[in-house]
Amino acid sequence: MKNSQIATTIKKNFSMAYIHTLFILVSLACILPIMLIISISLSDEIDITSNGYSLIPRKLTLAAYKVVLSNSAQLKQSYLITMIVTILGSVLGTLLVTSLAYVISRKDYKYRNIISFLVFFTMLFNGGLVPSYILIAKWLHMRDTMFALFVPALFNAFYVLLMKGFLQSIPDSLYESAKLDGAKEMRILVQIAIPLAKPGVATIGLFFALQFWNDWFLCNFYTSDKKYLNLQNMLIRVLRFLEFLNSKEGRQMNQSAMQYPTFSARMATCILAAGPMLFVFPFFQRYFVKGLVLGSIKG
Amino acid sequence: MDIKKYKNQTFIRDFKKNYELTFIALPALIYVIIFCYVPLYGLIIPFKDYKFDLGLLRSPWVGFKNFEYLFTSNQLYVITRNTIVMNLLFIVFTTIVSVVLALFLYEVGRKSVKIYQTTMFFPYFISWVVVSYIVIGFLDMEHGLLNTILKFSGNEAIMWYAQPKYWYVILVLVKVWKGLGFNILIFYSVLISIDPGYYESATIDGASKLKQALYISLPMLKHMITIMTILAIGSIFYSDFGLFYNVPLDQTMLYPVTDVIDTYVYRAVRRLGDFGMSSAAGLYQSTVGFVLVMVTNKIVKKIDSENALF
Repeated sequence: MKNSQIATTIKKNFSMAYIHTLFILVSLACILPIMLIISISLSDEIDITSNGYSLIPRKLTLAAYKVVLSNSAQLKQSYLITMIVTILGSVLGTLLVTSLAYVISRKDYKYRNIISFLVFFTMLFNGGLVPSYILIAKWLHMRDTMFALFVPALFNAFYVLLMKGFLQSIPDSLYESAKLDGAKEMRILVQIAIPLAKPGVATIGLFFALQFWNDWFLCNFYTSDKKYLNLQNMLIRVLRFLEFLNSKEGRQMNQSAMQYPTFSARMATCILAAGPMLFVFPFFQRYFVKGLVLGSIKG
Repeated sequence: MDIKKYKNQTFIRDFKKNYELTFIALPALIYVIIFCYVPLYGLIIPFKDYKFDLGLLRSPWVGFKNFEYLFTSNQLYVITRNTIVMNLLFIVFTTIVSVVLALFLYEVGRKSVKIYQTTMFFPYFISWVVVSYIVIGFLDMEHGLLNTILKFSGNEAIMWYAQPKYWYVILVLVKVWKGLGFNILIFYSVLISIDPGYYESATIDGASKLKQALYISLPMLKHMITIMTILAIGSIFYSDFGLFYNVPLDQTMLYPVTDVIDTYVYRAVRRLGDFGMSSAAGLYQSTVGFVLVMVTNKIVKKIDSENALF
């Protein structure tokens, strides 16, 4: 009786210890790779050349950051572009998705089914890369403009589904009484539906923001001018071109007599480009979680 | 005559009632038509020898020639095989790892759950480009962590970016790692919606935690697992482009494993300007993908009609 209770408790504590160990290991596996990049960026170049990368820097130095920051015109430009695109894209995208989802969620809307079908059919079948390229580059003349960086990605049928889920819990009686009071549809949307579905709007907005901040494809596919290089694409180029900079031709072009720190500089650039995101987004992670849980249950 | 008039009047009346809402949805609808439906004209591109300057209407018809090139080249077999094999591996391992970890997460107290969820969500927020940097940190031939350890322990360094065979493991590992937070959350949210009464009565009856997991949690999860798996199979012809383009660093030597339909089409359009083969491959992908989605959705409907896509 008492003994078996103690035995069960001990067993329980053992298993809990195992489980916690498991999760600590998994958490480490999630964080350490990112620490690796930070560590490389803080390591001395010569030490890297002779001893390779390590999880904890053997010789701490800020040299890589100094070099990258002294040549930071492109970094600043990329930040600017990425921020503008993210803000514009998220706002516009959320507007489009929310307006459409709201209209579909209204049970008294006559064309509800047709529009739903139109929207969700796009999830099943798309034209592919080639016609999109032709549409955007040739017909809309968006190639090598800032618009190509966000306009093609402003809509996502899945987000519409999520948003519809959030909106469906609003009772019809609210709409009816508002209409009886003489409110116009636009007003109902703005003053009733959106405030009630605020978590949904926030979630979709965050999804869009993440999508645009991390996007590399639109910039890569539709633009080639350096001034439109967003952060991710800047990183891609740094990765492939930094090798060139340290070669003979590169050094001839480079004014400074000092050796350009290739490996640590690569990682420093990566941290400078991705670091802020790593600190900001986990902050919003709770909203992601809440939104996903609510959305998946309803959707 | 009367009926037609009546129908017209009803239509006008309905439209008057609904025009405000239609107005609200209009921007989104216009967008969808332009960016999702107009590109469907792309269905005819593979049947023409498309020249950029001539445009769509004036480029000459070539019938099935582009498809001939595509189907007789070895490339098609390779990229199709890679797409399907890698996606299958992803489905299997992502599901197993996520479900198991979700089950364990359910046993942990509230505060710890929040901490672990936060840490496990980190990989979700970084882009595939940053992931490719991380992978270089491990796999770089001269300085990478793995090769450093190998050399230290007296073994030969491995040229990771030149040996395709390792990349089945590498890609699966990276894919599972990146999706951990998200995928675990999906199954975890199913678990927390289960009535705890089941577990309580099971504990009273003396069932061990393992038995509870097997006979209560898993059956409840089976539903979600089935849906997720079938939906994933439905999109098995589409790859996670970010993963396949960035992480293998576009190394040609790795193409036998890492080249998928999407990367092939991308290269053909962007680098070669070859619209013929790439559009044929794109149509091939869209068509098979569509059929797969329809078929799998039918299957999902049979299992549980509520959760089908439509």
